[in-house]
Amino acid sequence: MSRYRVSVHIVPRKGILDPQGKAVADALHTLGFGDVQDARIGRHVVLDVAAPTPDAAGDSVRKMCDRLLANPVTEDYEIARVEGLP
Amino acid sequence: MKFGVVTFPGSNCDYDAFRTVVDVLGEHAVYLWHKDHDLQNVDVVIRPGGFAYGDYLRAGAIARFSPIMQEVAAHARRGGPVLAVCNGFQIACEAGLLPGALLRNASLSFLGQTVRVRVENADSMFTNRYADGQVLSMPIAHGEGRFTADNETLDRLEGEGRVLFRYVNARGALDAESNPNGSARAIAGIVSAEGNVMGLMPHPERAVESLLGSNDGLGIFQSMLARVSA
Repeated sequence: MSRYRVSVHIVPRKGILDPQGKAVADALHTLGFGDVQDARIGRHVVLDVAAPTPDAAGDSVRKMCDRLLANPVTEDYEIARVEGLP
Repeated sequence: MKFGVVTFPGSNCDYDAFRTVVDVLGEHAVYLWHKDHDLQNVDVVIRPGGFAYGDYLRAGAIARFSPIMQEVAAHARRGGPVLAVCNGFQIACEAGLLPGALLRNASLSFLGQTVRVRVENADSMFTNRYADGQVLSMPIAHGEGRFTADNETLDRLEGEGRVLFRYVNARGALDAESNPNGSARAIAGIVSAEGNVMGLMPHPERAVESLLGSNDGLGIFQSMLARVSA
């Protein structure tokens, strides 16, 4: 069994009002970053998991997202990175 | 009739709910600790407001896995009445007992204020003591109360008469200013498809005596009493 560090991005689903993202986008516009068209604020979860392969580690974390880490009604998630640990 | 008041570390309306049942309604109540595995044969479960497990991750996301919530879910599946207020509503959505989700208020601010809600369907286990269109005054106290669901779900809730309360102004009309948290279609309270689980963001247990500024919330408890003892 190897160890892997799995990073997941969880963000509010497109089309769901994200007031934090909107406030940040407005602030960036005020600072002159007129190129910002949309901002959404989510969370970044880093998990160290024991698994036989990187794919198995990713699959396990997907199940964790479906059951707890993300809300299927309002959020999307993606596995951003899987790295082997010594 | 016996009411069970579910209590988590961080619940802060449990005593209000208990007192409503015992002192105002004159019925029996017991506290149900979040680690308990036994509902003590209660007829009705109240999941009052407050906080649970720090509401880490998302409000209610972790509380739904507590031992007592497995029993509450089983009670709900058997058709037992569940009144889920505020944090209870958030947990009920996370647990899949009710559709949708409750997100950060559109203003990003915690809101503690009195609001007006309109009874949208007086033919339910929770609203039968009111009249359709009646306007009630109740407090809200939440940071995450913006009811959200996809349009298909919202259409179904409306079509099946499952939207029980909406935020309105003093004249009982909908307007953007009277929707305090930006809820979809100004929804303040909904009921499950089977009609036995109600989620409500405002606090009826804090509006049961004129001394508290309003007794408009008492009708919800009286409605449950009328329906369950019948």
